[in-house]
Amino acid sequence: MTYFTEVPKAVEDVLGNRYTTSSRREFLKTSGALVVSFSAAGVMSADPLAAAVGAARPGAAQQAGPYPDPDFKELDTWVAIHADNTATFYVGKTDCGQGTGTAFRQMMSDELDMAYADTSLVMGSTDVTPDQGGSGGSDGIQRDGWPMRRVAAEARRVLLEMASERFGVPVEQLDVRDAVIALKSEPSRSVTYAELIGDRRFNVPLTGRDINSVTGVADVKPVQDLRIVGQSPQRYDIPPKVDGSLTWAVDVTLPGMVHARNVKPPVVGATLLGFDESSVRDLPGFIRVVSQGNYLAVICEREEQAIDAARRLQVDWDAPNAEAFPTSDALYAYMRSATPTSSADPSVVGNPEAALASAAQVIEAEYDFPFQGHTAFGPAHALADPSDGQMTIYSNDMKSYGMRNGIAEFLGMPRDQVRVVWMEGPQAFGRTAADDAGFEAAFLAKEIGRPVRMQWTREEESAWDTKGPAFTFRLRGGLDAQGELIALDYDAQSADYNHVGYNEVETVLISQLMGTRRARPNRGRAGTPTEMYAIPNRRMTSQVVRLPSIWETPLRTGNLRDPNGPQVTFASESFIDELAAAANADPVEFRLKLLGGANDDDSGFKRARSIATIRAAADAYGWDTRPSPKPRGAGTILTGRGIAYSFRSQTVVAEIAEVEVDRDTGHVWVKRLVCAHDCGLVINPEGLRRTIEGGMMHSLSRALHEEVQFDTDKVTSVDWLSHPSLRHGDTPEEIEVVMVNGDPNPDRSDLPHYGAGEAVCKPLIAAVANAIYDATGVRLRRAPFRDERVLAALEAAGV
Amino acid sequence: MSAITLHVNGTEHTVDVDPSTRLLYVLRNDLRLRGPRFGCGLGQCGACTVIIDGVATRSCVTAVSRVSGQITTLEGLAKDGTLDPVQQAWIDEQVPACGFCQNGQIMAAKALLDRNPNPTDAEIRDGMEGALCRCMTYYRVQAAIKRVAAGTRDNGPAPAEEVPA
Repeated sequence: MTYFTEVPKAVEDVLGNRYTTSSRREFLKTSGALVVSFSAAGVMSADPLAAAVGAARPGAAQQAGPYPDPDFKELDTWVAIHADNTATFYVGKTDCGQGTGTAFRQMMSDELDMAYADTSLVMGSTDVTPDQGGSGGSDGIQRDGWPMRRVAAEARRVLLEMASERFGVPVEQLDVRDAVIALKSEPSRSVTYAELIGDRRFNVPLTGRDINSVTGVADVKPVQDLRIVGQSPQRYDIPPKVDGSLTWAVDVTLPGMVHARNVKPPVVGATLLGFDESSVRDLPGFIRVVSQGNYLAVICEREEQAIDAARRLQVDWDAPNAEAFPTSDALYAYMRSATPTSSADPSVVGNPEAALASAAQVIEAEYDFPFQGHTAFGPAHALADPSDGQMTIYSNDMKSYGMRNGIAEFLGMPRDQVRVVWMEGPQAFGRTAADDAGFEAAFLAKEIGRPVRMQWTREEESAWDTKGPAFTFRLRGGLDAQGELIALDYDAQSADYNHVGYNEVETVLISQLMGTRRARPNRGRAGTPTEMYAIPNRRMTSQVVRLPSIWETPLRTGNLRDPNGPQVTFASESFIDELAAAANADPVEFRLKLLGGANDDDSGFKRARSIATIRAAADAYGWDTRPSPKPRGAGTILTGRGIAYSFRSQTVVAEIAEVEVDRDTGHVWVKRLVCAHDCGLVINPEGLRRTIEGGMMHSLSRALHEEVQFDTDKVTSVDWLSHPSLRHGDTPEEIEVVMVNGDPNPDRSDLPHYGAGEAVCKPLIAAVANAIYDATGVRLRRAPFRDERVLAALEAAGV
Repeated sequence: MSAITLHVNGTEHTVDVDPSTRLLYVLRNDLRLRGPRFGCGLGQCGACTVIIDGVATRSCVTAVSRVSGQITTLEGLAKDGTLDPVQQAWIDEQVPACGFCQNGQIMAAKALLDRNPNPTDAEIRDGMEGALCRCMTYYRVQAAIKRVAAGTRDNGPAPAEEVPA
């Protein structure tokens, strides 16, 4: 039998102690085990973190690489039991602030039958944890939670077998609780997990064609037997974030480390003709200017020196003649007249044209939605270490595995000589799926042979980060004489051509600036509504259009928190409200009616849960049944309420916003928010509650403030003044979250855990627009609802 | 370069840097503090906030040569191994999402509560307006501030959330 010796413990010391578990909590003594202090000689000696992380793969002690992939078909890859009867779990996910790490630990602790406080979790470092793809799609719990549960259940099964052998009794005669196995008949005869396997390998193979289906022999527990799932242990990562002891990706330092800053083209498509190194050569700390193609960066010993040198470097750029894109004001007209680069197959039910022709009333409307940026609070950053012919990138990349593959290809290095150590960073929301700074740091580190820290500026991040695509919509709806919705025609266009993916080489800016082009640009996507309304005649069409510039552009589209959902649902759920108003129907009643119909198929299952969720929201709010708008008040402040609902994957969300609109200034304050949310089995209610609150608030920022603005050759919204964001003063007075279990068989023992996070981003913007309509009678069909735009709409309507 | 003396979290430090260097980079890169961090470099977001002689200050736009007072960073709030009530309220209320901005939230709240231990809702909104959060944890930040204020009023610690640790 192979022994771990102290290796896994060392990993836990280094990685696990970033977040001390509650049983070993020493917040103030934790001074950040991850910081690598300067060695006395100042040389690039073996980095203790690299040693520890590299050696962490069970059964292999590797300090300087290579870094082969942990084998997901080995139980030891996922679970290590230590001699002190604690456990460490290794999962290939990242937690971008939703508390998923805590939830993963709960699920795995529960299946393993070990107290939550006695476990710890390591995530997302490519040579230590199996490749579950990192984060994305709000499916960490929905999809990746299953293999986590199964492997933990398998570890429990193996331990029970070992105890059975030790005591010479069948497993059925054993009880297990909190990592102690005892005879049912004689509880004083017991053995701990540590006594059975502490610090030793399981050596148990798993099966499964891929990591999502990996499994052992054991079944997961029925929901009714879960004890830790459903509780709300506090997040383990919060104390060190609050006392300043956590080492984030921005905090890592290495011996000999230097600082880099990019110098971006002043306009889109500019060609780098040359630079005058003598303009910075004599600055203190100057090391080098590095350029290739149109990529340009400055490297200095100290951070403030790099900032200064990047500003002072004299660069000769050649601006192109052609315009890169229309201005942000001309965008929607441009998109409507553009020839699509692709069209999705139409989705047609019944005969919508005939039904519209026969309708008693036809409503038509166009909606517009701008490009919105990720505008991460902390601009892009990474540290790359080229020591020993390997490349280690310390990064907050949510998709660390994709980054590792991308950087290996970009640098022409074997995959197993590249690893990414995932660490905490600012909220991702999809931004780090094209992790520019990691590629840049690695390139520069390889160029100069020293560890390089890359840090983008605020202006660079706001201008050049990935963007959620702009949309235009055209909707038509037909009501019959009784006000029933008999036809709905939905058509969407998105400016999403050459949408970036998951850290593929051609998607990062450094690579594009060096001239790399993907042979076939990504087609992009224009989404369609995801509600479950039963409408007899319906057509949904969508097209993607391109802007003139698609490479080296700051309007590079990526996945922004539910990539198409907020845009699509703003249009579709606003329009449903328009139809309800035309039918003189209450907005809740109108929706519930559309959710009637057959319920013996999967759509019926979804409709039943949709109805339960909408009703729960209306009940919690105290919804008064009446059509919108309500009779307009005489005062300066007009109040109203609006609802919107959506479905994402298997998660149902209904949100109600209550607004105050100042008719003198156009200012909108969302005073109250109610969210009813059904994501099946809830792992951590308090964590979920905060994720829902944050997601709604982020969408509120997108509803009220956020819009990327540009002229024809550059983005002009580049900081928090030119690109405003939600602030404290915008905070609702009350946010209420109702957790719904609308499953037709709510007590089923296999109740799934669906996703949470992005689902709540879909309906919020429409809920706010519908509330503004209820208050004022004015329909806003273009986001965001900034004061001046609302005021203009009110004045135009004579309000 | 010149030798500059700073008083940070009760300890005197002398660093040899260009006097125009922003305080943020000296705190982070020379003194290895991690509470204050870079968010915008423009004084717009609050990520870099430190408290200098009781005043919440943007260290990213403050030249190190202009600082003469006592600097407190996030790391300096705890006393004798006990978290500041503001920090404890942040844990009890489970405020942070990603947490990257929370240095700015906590330091702004600390400065606010030190000068006004019992702020109204409007005073909280006003006092915190400069602290940006892109996970939009404002609702919980404000709840945590009210929790601290309630604890001060009651002259005792705020009740902890009833969830197992």
